[in-house]
Amino acid sequence: MNNILCIAEIRNGALRQVSFELINVARKIAGALDGKIEAAVVGANVAKLADDFAKGGVSTLYLIDDPGLAQFAPEAYSAALAQIIREAKPSVVLWGATGHGKELSGRVAAKLDLGLATDCIDVRVENGELLLMRPIYAGKAIATVKAKTLPVMVSIRPNIFPPVVDDNAGAEIKQLQLAPVPVRAKVTEAAQKEEKGVDLAEAKVVISGGRGVKSADGFGPLRELAKTLNGALGASRAAVDSGWIDYTHQVGQTGKTVAPQLYIAAGISGAIQHLAGMSSSKVIVAINKDAEAPIFKIADYGIVGDLFEVVPALNEEFKKLLANN
Amino acid sequence: MFRGNVSGLTTDMNVVVLMKRVPDTESRIVVRDGAVVMDGLAWVISPYDEYAVEEAIRLVEKNTGKSTVLTLGPEESKETIRKALALGIDDAVHLNDPVFLNGDASTTATILAAALKKIPFDLILAGKQAVDDDNAQVALRVAELLDLPHVNSVIQFELSSDKKSARCVREVDGERDVCVTSLPAIITAQQGLNEPRFASVKGIMGAKKKPIVDWKAADLGLDGGSIGKEAMKLEVVRIDPPPPRPPGKIIPGDAKTAAQQLVRLLREEAKAI
Repeated sequence: MNNILCIAEIRNGALRQVSFELINVARKIAGALDGKIEAAVVGANVAKLADDFAKGGVSTLYLIDDPGLAQFAPEAYSAALAQIIREAKPSVVLWGATGHGKELSGRVAAKLDLGLATDCIDVRVENGELLLMRPIYAGKAIATVKAKTLPVMVSIRPNIFPPVVDDNAGAEIKQLQLAPVPVRAKVTEAAQKEEKGVDLAEAKVVISGGRGVKSADGFGPLRELAKTLNGALGASRAAVDSGWIDYTHQVGQTGKTVAPQLYIAAGISGAIQHLAGMSSSKVIVAINKDAEAPIFKIADYGIVGDLFEVVPALNEEFKKLLANN
Repeated sequence: MFRGNVSGLTTDMNVVVLMKRVPDTESRIVVRDGAVVMDGLAWVISPYDEYAVEEAIRLVEKNTGKSTVLTLGPEESKETIRKALALGIDDAVHLNDPVFLNGDASTTATILAAALKKIPFDLILAGKQAVDDDNAQVALRVAELLDLPHVNSVIQFELSSDKKSARCVREVDGERDVCVTSLPAIITAQQGLNEPRFASVKGIMGAKKKPIVDWKAADLGLDGGSIGKEAMKLEVVRIDPPPPRPPGKIIPGDAKTAAQQLVRLLREEAKAI
């Protein structure tokens, strides 16, 4: 029996979409591994979330619901997840490769002395071996890595696999009591979200501006387009370093990695470090005055022109399209 | 269980930086015969580690004590280590043994943890991930192996006046929170923690005189079994270039015409909206 355990990622009291993408990955390999899909939910006041996650083919859901977990403390969360993994004895543990998931999986991997393949874009079983594909060198190469031993842990890049949407409930819920653990680092003031709007990492549409935007005000038309498409605003390092936009919008090697359905790059030349953050996007559109800009090499569609004319024109056309639906 | 080497009764702040030498991502990465071609690459301090190096130098400037850079890598890593010394790091330890190389995150963490048991520290700093492997796990594994608390992806670090704890602003997944930790601890650095300095001529000259200590497996009391190929949990089977994207279309016409055409294509052809 080679069960697959999916670790739910919870933020602001809700299950993040990547949690349901993990179920999809689990389904992909469950047959070849001859295993069941199981799930884990850890936090404070998360019983309802456990019910929401106990679907889609999950046969058992392990739950730790403890008031001591109300504020994030890596040692407590790592201990809770390790406790569940020891109880469930899976062969594969799947995590979302969000910042949060990467942090906890690293610590838990050492705690349980397991291998961990981070930020994987594909998982396959071939000739009885578990193979994991992951980007390296800022996405300039893809490594295929083999798990030498099981159990193994794998974190999955968000937005690569479609989330499972399946209301078939039916998982057995096993609740465990958190064994007390000393905590020396903990969150004392929870997150204040810097800006309202769609989270860059989860957005289906991202509109990004680069050097061509020329000023903080230059992001205005991009903001409008993002609003029309219910998308998030991104930026290249050049725009951030010029002080036109906060670095939390930065997409790239030293910024965020995104994989939206649609990525519109306006006034971005396409430096390798930027591509590292968005090359997994499903559809890429580039708008740039310079026909030689490297971004046109990876764009699916390109418009050579002035973004201050093109972006507002796009906004108009999208508004018309969406109004007619 | 190992509790960390608290360097004692003085108010010294001893900081160790875990620093990795990586190819500059400006380098063209060529993949041939299932592996990355290593010739012709330019090498740098991994960008997130630069923030860790800078923070260590600042802390020791303000508090007395010593900063030490700890690097696992081939002999060529000495060049990168000298860069850190030129910036202002006091001491350097180079984990320089062929048996250390080409491991995975778990063997690398085992080696680093063994080395850290021999260096007095109040604080360990590292970048949140190295930009070659993009694994983001070694520093966290080391924290667990040494039974230290950690704060991940830190953009602000404030030592308490008694130096027994620190208040950090942690930025994860687009949100910032405040995390307080006791020391000793491991802190991983995120962009925004500080502005790394440039080396001065004086620093560069001075770095040539600072000794770099080489440690091998025997110095750490490690035998091949815990760190060699057999101990690795993951094996790289092959490396491929990223899947090519089919060539794109340039949409002609003025802004309005092109925009109309693009929206139509995104809806009907790409089905992106």
